[in-house]
Amino acid sequence: MAASSTLAVSVWRGKESGRFQTFEVPRHESQTVLDVVTHIQRALDSTLSYRFSCRVGMCGSCAMNVNGRARWTCRTHVAEVAAGDRLEITPLANLPVIKDLVTDMTPFFDKWAKARGRFQGGRTRGHDFARVLPESRERRLADAAIECIGCGVCYSSCDVVTWNPDYLGPAALNRAWTLLNDVRDTDNRARLGAVAGDAGCHACHTHMNCTERCPMKLAPTASIAGLKRAAALAALKGELGDAVTK
Amino acid sequence: MKSDFRARNHPAYWAFIVHRASGVLLALFLPLHFWALGQALAGEAALESFLRWSDQPLVKFAETGLVLLLAAHLAGGARLLMLEFLAWRDWQKSLLAAAAAITLAAGLAFLLNIV
Repeated sequence: MAASSTLAVSVWRGKESGRFQTFEVPRHESQTVLDVVTHIQRALDSTLSYRFSCRVGMCGSCAMNVNGRARWTCRTHVAEVAAGDRLEITPLANLPVIKDLVTDMTPFFDKWAKARGRFQGGRTRGHDFARVLPESRERRLADAAIECIGCGVCYSSCDVVTWNPDYLGPAALNRAWTLLNDVRDTDNRARLGAVAGDAGCHACHTHMNCTERCPMKLAPTASIAGLKRAAALAALKGELGDAVTK
Repeated sequence: MKSDFRARNHPAYWAFIVHRASGVLLALFLPLHFWALGQALAGEAALESFLRWSDQPLVKFAETGLVLLLAAHLAGGARLLMLEFLAWRDWQKSLLAAAAAITLAAGLAFLLNIV
């Protein structure tokens, strides 16, 4: 249990331009940052907007910036992050702010589509099951990246997204890498072209902000490095060519 | 909204800063390096007088900085190549520590050699 019984919480109010509003929130044992925001909205100021759903780290809805770092608030204990009994909560960076702590995730998911992040199979229901050996190299590579919950923490933490708003970002590229290793997928030539352009994998500066902050402990940097290698190999073989989208 | 330094305060980001800064400083040094080599074109005496000038303790000490920059850029570059071309392992931070150790060792070796 914390020494102090209250927490001073500065919360962003407004849109892109706005101000911080400070609330006094009682501390409890095992309190999460999402509990704090919920307390403010239910007991102190019902006009506060924020987003959450599952509360157990599965849905990826409740990501916010807590004391300057993007986190999933439902699985972040106040005790881990409250420096001097103070919390600063802002909406995710690199995304348009709708109101208070709610961002518009449209650009984030549009980029998944742009990176061709949708599975494209070549079989019909008339076919037998695809047989993918669990210990095969591709399956293991796909496994390493597949648990993304789409929370936007990596996208929000990425400096390259800040510098180049067209950059596809770690999550979309990580998704493309997962599908590239899916032996059932038939769209990989076009997918590699989609991620090998100016705003694709080669734009990554290997800051590793994404890998540092991913709450699922994934390494999008590894996926992006894999895409770089795959794109370079395809280019050497002359297989990339017209497929690259600028 | 944009992130501030708190989001960037981790070892891999420091490595990026060091790599970028050392690269820029080395690029700025290159014209001086070429100018010094170019003294040879003006004859043996011109080059010799420059080399004598560069023997001063303060210049030697400054060269340690240059060695540190070179070592940091080389070790950091090798780290990036390993990270991108070798299979991913969970020792990325150890790789970073190794790059830092190589840099300091190179700088220290140069400094001890000239003292």
